[in-house]
Amino acid sequence: MSWFKRDKPGVDTPSDADRTVRTEGLWVKCDGCKQIIFRQDLEDNRRVCPKCGFHFRIDAREWLDLIFEGEWTEFDSNLASTDPMQFADSKPYKARLAGMQQTLNMKDAILSGQGKIGNHTVNVCSMELKFIGGSMGAVMGEKITRAVERSIENRQPLVIVSATGGARMQEGAVSLMQMAKISSALMRLDEVGVPYISVLTDPTTGGVTASFAMLGDLNIAEPGALIGFAGPRVIEQTIRQKLPEGFQRSEFLLTHGFLDAVVKRHDIRDFLARSFDFFVN
Amino acid sequence: MSNPDITARIHALHPDSAPAPVATESNPAYKKVQLARHPKRPHALDYIERLCTGFTELHGDRAYGDDLAIVGGYAFFDDQPVMVIGQQRGRDTKQKLARNFGMPKPEGYRKAMRLMFMADKFHRPVITFIDTPGAYPGIDAEERGQAEAIAYNLREMARLGVPVIVVVIGEGGSGGALGMGVGNKILMLENSYYSVISPESCAAIIWRDSAKAELAAAALKLTGPDLLERGIIDEIVPEPPGGAQEDHDAAAALLGDSIRKALAELSAMTPKELVDHRYLKFRRMAPFFEG
Repeated sequence: MSWFKRDKPGVDTPSDADRTVRTEGLWVKCDGCKQIIFRQDLEDNRRVCPKCGFHFRIDAREWLDLIFEGEWTEFDSNLASTDPMQFADSKPYKARLAGMQQTLNMKDAILSGQGKIGNHTVNVCSMELKFIGGSMGAVMGEKITRAVERSIENRQPLVIVSATGGARMQEGAVSLMQMAKISSALMRLDEVGVPYISVLTDPTTGGVTASFAMLGDLNIAEPGALIGFAGPRVIEQTIRQKLPEGFQRSEFLLTHGFLDAVVKRHDIRDFLARSFDFFVN
Repeated sequence: MSNPDITARIHALHPDSAPAPVATESNPAYKKVQLARHPKRPHALDYIERLCTGFTELHGDRAYGDDLAIVGGYAFFDDQPVMVIGQQRGRDTKQKLARNFGMPKPEGYRKAMRLMFMADKFHRPVITFIDTPGAYPGIDAEERGQAEAIAYNLREMARLGVPVIVVVIGEGGSGGALGMGVGNKILMLENSYYSVISPESCAAIIWRDSAKAELAAAALKLTGPDLLERGIIDEIVPEPPGGAQEDHDAAAALLGDSIRKALAELSAMTPKELVDHRYLKFRRMAPFFEG
């Protein structure tokens, strides 16, 4: 109990919330050039920094909207994981999945679509990094394999846009086997001579890089994307030294002969259309 | 496990192994992980020399070098010519360094694939022995395309028109193991494990503490029975009492029986049937989805 008590309300000082004009979200600091850019300018420029050309990450759905001309059809959107290992850490995997499905309004870390690129009807899969790090489990394995099969059956080119940390730990060896499953399907696609272009975006690592992402007839990447087998932290811990500047970036892989081209986001659709003209017509 | 004191013995023999696990008796998964890493456990070459005659090692990937973490060559199993390829770790420190602790680099995977193509060309079965903590995560391996080397093997192994038998003899460490693991038959020794991530790394991610590996080992469901139940492997090969390290000859004999059976079954198939058989095996792996 205090000694003095205020009977009347005091002088009304505006709270911090009232005092500030809400500007958060209007401006973005570019991770590339560290300059402040107006968010709307960034959105209008497909999330590429208008000042330095740094490529911000975009969502799985934005990728499909970007690549396809006009309408596209989604496939296998209801496929969901059944938790093969009944995995639980700080939170049961099932609960983690349910949370993600709710927040992101998708069942797993991948979208599968079909639409037009130039004169071609193409099957495109694109990964959602926000969904458990874009990790690959049984659902991603199955959706991509079905897309490959659609491409084989209808002789339609295939594009896979990767954005992922690799295989999904919570699905154990089941997720590991998806690497072999998809790669085997790509063997069949290869045998019927239907083209596949792998688009690697920031980041593409682990079991996805070590399987289908490196198996395109063309492997292309966005500028500055982190691409590798082991993540940089794992390598640093193993060899106990700092990694060189630009290590495992797109330009590094291009120099070492693992990419056909580094393609800017604005040019990707034209690049794909032109490539399919070469492969198919 | 016939010997209840086996855990204590592991630590007596291998004092620098991971810290003694809590409640090991209730955690058979971690016990298997430790046995899979046992310093006296037979390695690929130990099995090859006991199972085959006339093993002739063939070196190099024809592009960069010869990776000693993977050994391969032709040999004769029950007088039948076969290509054998194994991930090989060292016994003493010098060997361990030379073999890079059984962590292959891209040239190792490319050598393995070269030998598998050779087997395909001359219609010889392929037997691979998996025993690696994982593909090497280092600067040079990344520069030479570790990911590409493994990816290429996954696709090309699917194309082989000969029987491919895969045996996990110790550690089946993630993509580094799978890079030689696309087979018609996948066998696992009783005390081996096959996992998407090592229990230590998994524990480091989940609990930020790699010492909690024994918990992670159980969560990952990485033992033979776990994987057999989920349709990921075909058979568990029994080991002599106490584990393969107790008796290399007996372990090899038991493995020989399983390989013989698998070879007999697969040898009756045409090249196309073998490719389709392998394809369907992985195509159906593993339907844990709904909707």
